[in-house]
Amino acid sequence: MRWLWQGLTTSVGTKFLMALTGMFLFLFTVAHMVGNLQVFAGPDQLNAYAAGLKKLGPLLWVMRLGLLATFVAHILCAFSLVKRNEEARPVQYAVKRPIAATYASRTMIMSGLIVLAFVVYHLAHFTLGWTHGDHFALRDAQGRHDVYRMVVLGFQSPFVALSYVVAMVFLGLHLSHGAASLFQSMGWNRKKYSCFFAGAARGLAMLVVLGNLAMPLSILFRLVGQEVTP
Amino acid sequence: MNLTLKVWRQAGPSDRGRLVTYEAKHVSPDMSFLEMLDVVNEDLIARGEDPIAFDSDCREGICGACSCMIDGVPHGPDRGTTTCQLHMRHFKDGDTITIEPWRARAFPVLKDLVVDRSAFDRIIQAGGFISVNTGGAPDANLIPVPKPDADKAFDAAACIGCGACVAACKNASAMLFVSAKVAHLGYLPQGQSERDARVRNLVMAMDAQGFGACTNTYDCEAACPKEIPADFISRMNRDYRSALLKGDA
Ligand code: HEM
Ligand code: FES
Repeated sequence: MRWLWQGLTTSVGTKFLMALTGMFLFLFTVAHMVGNLQVFAGPDQLNAYAAGLKKLGPLLWVMRLGLLATFVAHILCAFSLVKRNEEARPVQYAVKRPIAATYASRTMIMSGLIVLAFVVYHLAHFTLGWTHGDHFALRDAQGRHDVYRMVVLGFQSPFVALSYVVAMVFLGLHLSHGAASLFQSMGWNRKKYSCFFAGAARGLAMLVVLGNLAMPLSILFRLVGQEVTP
Repeated sequence: MNLTLKVWRQAGPSDRGRLVTYEAKHVSPDMSFLEMLDVVNEDLIARGEDPIAFDSDCREGICGACSCMIDGVPHGPDRGTTTCQLHMRHFKDGDTITIEPWRARAFPVLKDLVVDRSAFDRIIQAGGFISVNTGGAPDANLIPVPKPDADKAFDAAACIGCGACVAACKNASAMLFVSAKVAHLGYLPQGQSERDARVRNLVMAMDAQGFGACTNTYDCEAACPKEIPADFISRMNRDYRSALLKGDA
């Protein structure tokens, strides 16, 4: 297995891992958004979806641990690359002008760290119930975890809704570069189809951001869930 | 035209160095950037000062010796040109121009604007070649090479090894240079037998020299005076992955 470790810890190998884990995280954000958009289908649909996920039992834990491992690997690769890249230029230019590099591509670690901070908060909010224990404890008429009321009550608070909006802007920034970049790192870019793939991936990233923005904003402005009161 | 230059002056590898301001007077728009520096140096020599050291050789854009970071862009504002082929008509009277050496751990400054680029040579030694038996020259066209492959190999071989890709990259990465070497030999039949070993050895040598990794910002291809496309980097990533998975462990 030494060959594998050696091969994956080079600059090119680490970028391959970065892209592989980034791609899985990206696909997860797509699935996560599609699942949660069921908030627009009403309490029964969303709570049934949540109960269905819980019923997966051990499989749910396999998925959760896989996701956690992917996330941790992505972050470890990020730190390793950032360190390598900083060491490669110990003396900075007095004047440096980017030519083709986009703002998003130059600030991946910043947008990534903001997403990380958000993920910690998001888990404390909806998965662990640490920030709003009272919302987390709610049960619906059928005795299920009342995810719908928990989400609506959360997003009715402007501060909570705003933090989600800000986080989505930075996820969008991260993916506006990352979604296309992963094709280059995976070695899938060929002139013939690179513009198509990169465009489609960027479009999908945009959909994730818009879909995720729709939830806090529509609840904050009482377009959805106005019947729910604390 | 008259210009103000802010030039990096550094007496030697261990000197700290600093930007020094010079006035360049009576610059003709038809001068090349290096000719403009020559004129400034004439003045410095006449005043008994040390002239600004910079690299140059062919002065016709083919050798890759010239290497100035001009206002934060390698080889200056004109795309697809080397510093020696950059003409002063791209600047305006009264401009202030900042001139710095390439900045990378792998390219230590020797003096003023001159950096040591032998890290590139050490990468080439690690795999940027094909092994052939010496002897009588083989007949021309003995090995058929499809025209599209020959064209691609030639696009990659246009690299003059100037290091602008490293200078432009926010990570001081040499990916464009290395990927051009991988592609230039990898597209040709003569390069096949060593193809897997080559990409692995080149990548490891690149890392060992202290170059950074790739963030796919594509400043390298934008800065390349030979306009070598970053597609070659994706091809190198592909070659590297297949080389990693193939062969005995
Ligand atoms: C939902 C969460 C995340 C998703 C979907 C995601 C996705 C991606 C994708 C697709 C890439 C492109 C890979 C490539 O360049 O080939 C990427 C790169 C990157 N990510 Fe993330 N990421 C996430 C979280 C994070 C976090 C928490 C960090 C912070 C440590 C981070 C740091 C980075 C960095 C630094 C890069 C660029 C590395 C480089 O090219 O130099 N990401 N990410
Ligand atoms: S001096 Fe030869 S390329 Fe500029």
